Amino acid sequence: MAPIVSVENLEKRFAVSRKRQGARGLLGKLARETIDVRAVDGISFSIQPGEMVGYIGPNGAGKSTTIKMLTGILVPSSGLVRVAGLDPSRRRIELTRHIGMVFGQRTQLWWDLPLRDSFDLLRYIYRVPVERFRVNLDTFVELLDLGPVLDTPVRQLSLGQRMRGDLAASLLHDPEILYLDEPTIGLDVVVKARIREFLAELNRERGVTVLLTTHDISDIERLCSRVMIIDRGHLIYDGSLSAIKERFGDERMLVVDLEEPAPPIDVPGAIVEKVDGPRQWLRFHRSETTAAALIAAVAARVRLRDLTIEEPEIEDIVRRIYGGADPGRAR
Amino acid sequence: MADLLSIYVHIMAARMRAQLQYRVSFVLQLVGSFSLSFTDFAVVLVIFAHLPYLAGWSLGEVAFLYGTSYMAFQLSDIAVGQLDQLPVLIQSGDFDMVLIRPLGALFQVVTLDFTLRRFGAFGQGALVFALALARTDIHWTAGRVLVLTLMPVWSIPIFASVWVVGATSAFWAVRSMEVINLVTHGGQLLTQYPLQVFGAWIQRLVIFVVPLAFVNYFPSLYVLGKPDPLGAPEFVRFASPVVAIVLVVVAGRIWNFGVRHYRSTGS
Repeated sequence: MAPIVSVENLEKRFAVSRKRQGARGLLGKLARETIDVRAVDGISFSIQPGEMVGYIGPNGAGKSTTIKMLTGILVPSSGLVRVAGLDPSRRRIELTRHIGMVFGQRTQLWWDLPLRDSFDLLRYIYRVPVERFRVNLDTFVELLDLGPVLDTPVRQLSLGQRMRGDLAASLLHDPEILYLDEPTIGLDVVVKARIREFLAELNRERGVTVLLTTHDISDIERLCSRVMIIDRGHLIYDGSLSAIKERFGDERMLVVDLEEPAPPIDVPGAIVEKVDGPRQWLRFHRSETTAAALIAAVAARVRLRDLTIEEPEIEDIVRRIYGGADPGRAR
Repeated sequence: MADLLSIYVHIMAARMRAQLQYRVSFVLQLVGSFSLSFTDFAVVLVIFAHLPYLAGWSLGEVAFLYGTSYMAFQLSDIAVGQLDQLPVLIQSGDFDMVLIRPLGALFQVVTLDFTLRRFGAFGQGALVFALALARTDIHWTAGRVLVLTLMPVWSIPIFASVWVVGATSAFWAVRSMEVINLVTHGGQLLTQYPLQVFGAWIQRLVIFVVPLAFVNYFPSLYVLGKPDPLGAPEFVRFASPVVAIVLVVVAGRIWNFGVRHYRSTGS
């Protein structure tokens, strides 16, 4: 099948004007220089219809800039973008009918109008046929439990209610692609779960393609079979969530319970991370030693009662990637 | 176009419903807007308490300028006044939301809000205009009636275009609120008085650069049957529709240029 989103060597450079170093006062104001900042620095990927893709990376890595180019809000500096067969920067208005967008921290609803009126206006704006609108609205109102707040002005809604309202609003015109920017930010566990369930169902039942940026890795664990990680404008990972562990998570932890408390165990290939009474945590690198060799070495030095090996949490790996520690080489 | 109009009507109707829900608040705002705007006319009355004529214009004639200017400006404000919010929209990033809908960006910005209370100030302008009709002795001809009734057709687009151009500056300088206010609210002040009371450079400014003189000054010379002390040729009195069309086209171009700039810089 032809990809619904394809991006080739996409670049976005911003000219940022900075005060020239060393220059001060009035002279400093005049002595400005422009620096080319590459927010997105040559990325390529494609997304098949019906995929749910997590797009993650530290703040300022280029996530929103990429999404803005996929929606046509921003015009790329160079590279090729096709979304639903259209060039977003040239055919932005046409493209709006194919995409839905939800920003966790903004709303597309009319602040002073009841939710119902906002939905109704969107029907006119997107020229959704009445029949289709009814079906969609009924479905979303039920799935997102919006019935009780339909007549409440948006400004009086709680964050969770508003977010669910925004989700419904972004889908009334049957977009094929849904961009979600931090859709669960600041929401409680129950609402988060509801929204995830809704997105999974939307993807399953309607085949909507979803591109999701989030800081909450559990969003991605529940929803996305594929993750792209962007860092400093480069795509440093594109693959399955579980394969992140293989790529970046080559550090593991051996947790041993000793017969009696002992000083940190000194074995080659491992570092004692933590000691808590008779329990010790030894961090080791897969490339330097095997779990079996390490256990044998430890057993030769102290008397063991129990042991477990901990795989790194994906969240920890991602946090390390975010932290800038080089977790492995980019492709 | 018919689509846009129907969307506009629906947005405005929803807004009105929302605002009319708070009836007392609405009435108070209306009354407040109406009475507060009278302080503007009080200035005119104070001047005429001391002078029989202002640069050759009687109270009724100045009231004619004032009323036509005020009504046109308030209607422009109702139509496009939301442009004052553009710097805020850009700064907060909400302008992005405008770019992901299948409607023009300008249309969406001007329909972001709808302040019914402006009808209060409009009412004030209308009242002053009624006073002007009572106090002036206009020799009505078919041509004069026609020019007067058609005045909104060009005066509102001229004001609105100036507003659009002023607001477009927000794409380059986010703190451009003052610029917007200067050209809109400031510009309106210039159309409330006969042009001769201002200095020569202001006269040139509002004739050649920001052509607000075509809102009501030149057409009013014709309706009131006054000679032009500035000595402009006769046809200038009828040039307003052309000026309005040119201005709308230019403003549209400038706005699109601004949006293009935003889409390449994201700020």
